[in-house]
Amino acid sequence: MERGAVLGRLSWQPAEVVEVVAETARVRSLAFRVPTWPGHRPGQHVDIRLTAEDGYQTQRSYSIASAPEDSRVAISVEKIEDGEVSPYLVDEVQVGDRLEIRGPIGGYFTWTAADGGPLLLVGGGSGIVPLMAMLRHRALSAVTVPVCLLYSSRTYDDIIYRAELDRIARADESSRIVHTLTRSQPGGWTGYRRRVDREMLAEVAPPAQDNPLAFICGPTRLVEGAAEILTGLGYAAPRIKTERFGPTGG
Amino acid sequence: MAVSTGFISRGFKGRRAAAGDASRLPPGQYLDRGFPVLSAGPTPRVALDMWDLQVDGRVAYKQRWTWEQFLALPREQPRVDIHCVTKWSKLDTTWEGISLDTILERAAPIGEYLIAHCDGDYTTNLSLEDVTDGKAWIVFGYEGEPLAPEHGGPARLLVSHLYFWKSAKWVRRLEVVDEDEPGFWESAGYHMRGDPWKEERYSGD
Repeated sequence: MERGAVLGRLSWQPAEVVEVVAETARVRSLAFRVPTWPGHRPGQHVDIRLTAEDGYQTQRSYSIASAPEDSRVAISVEKIEDGEVSPYLVDEVQVGDRLEIRGPIGGYFTWTAADGGPLLLVGGGSGIVPLMAMLRHRALSAVTVPVCLLYSSRTYDDIIYRAELDRIARADESSRIVHTLTRSQPGGWTGYRRRVDREMLAEVAPPAQDNPLAFICGPTRLVEGAAEILTGLGYAAPRIKTERFGPTGG
Repeated sequence: MAVSTGFISRGFKGRRAAAGDASRLPPGQYLDRGFPVLSAGPTPRVALDMWDLQVDGRVAYKQRWTWEQFLALPREQPRVDIHCVTKWSKLDTTWEGISLDTILERAAPIGEYLIAHCDGDYTTNLSLEDVTDGKAWIVFGYEGEPLAPEHGGPARLLVSHLYFWKSAKWVRRLEVVDEDEPGFWESAGYHMRGDPWKEERYSGD
């Protein structure tokens, strides 16, 4: 088993919002300036703490979307309609606002260029976020580790980072981006149009004999299903890393 | 415990839990109606006729139970609140299983800590003090049903007064040791003990 280094004390730090990007109708990215950010590995997350005027506080965990090479720390937040925190982060927060952050956290669901590949990334919905940090890091570190992203979204308009993913696919012979749209598809759509299943993974995943490293992040059903299918396809269990992500409370 | 740096988040109002629930929520936690699944790799599948539970290491009497033998031990039905380090809490969950008092008294531990070993190579460390006197169980039932594999079935630890990663899924072996040694998440920067009321989330908290 791989282990992360034991971390020192993680302190709360002020983080200033320096950019907001509407990714989809329900997802917004927030980039922060964190004065003493210790650096992170793609796949790690941060804790965000919000404080109301009366002193009430609450915290949430969000995967880091930005590459370690980026001087800012970015997250992408999906708005959960009845959520306590995500509507605030998606609808209210503006450039210049401050909140508190601590991290990076989590040493297992991480990939850096030195970990090699081939790399299989399977994401569902906002589960793309930590996988995007890996893709961005891979692009910025200019390695040629082959990567395949299989990304499941409900509709075309729900695809987070769509333009950037298109650029990654075009820019680099060794990267492959495969979309599946589970709920509706635009006219002329030639990609998959169903939930991730065995046949789909058998078609797109690097063969097991290449000893791929797989990262799966998304709703429980997708993660459980894809991990079991990959095990069935011969992937070594310790090479399959999973993380649940999505509307469980937010 | 974390201390606020003193500023407020402009326009953030928040949603406080009802008074009765709020007193049961440790700092930084929120109520979740669902039951999120968190694990680091594929869900292990073990046939019940291949399942066993062992207690070994620094004990006077090593123990091993098959599934049927384990189910024949005296059962309890704990009703507890659970708190995940990823911030969600769930109140009044009901379980069925065997108290660690029942399990450990048959082994007569000599050491003061244990390492729980699980299918899927997960481990976590606990002090015996934290798992005895009615504070911990190995459970195989949840809300009146067999425990689902993604929630740790056939059997998992339940140590509800600590963050839920200590309630290791798919537990198969309790190794009693003399010194506290970090397990899987504890080696990756999480707290060695994980008391939610002291907000012991990460190393150094």
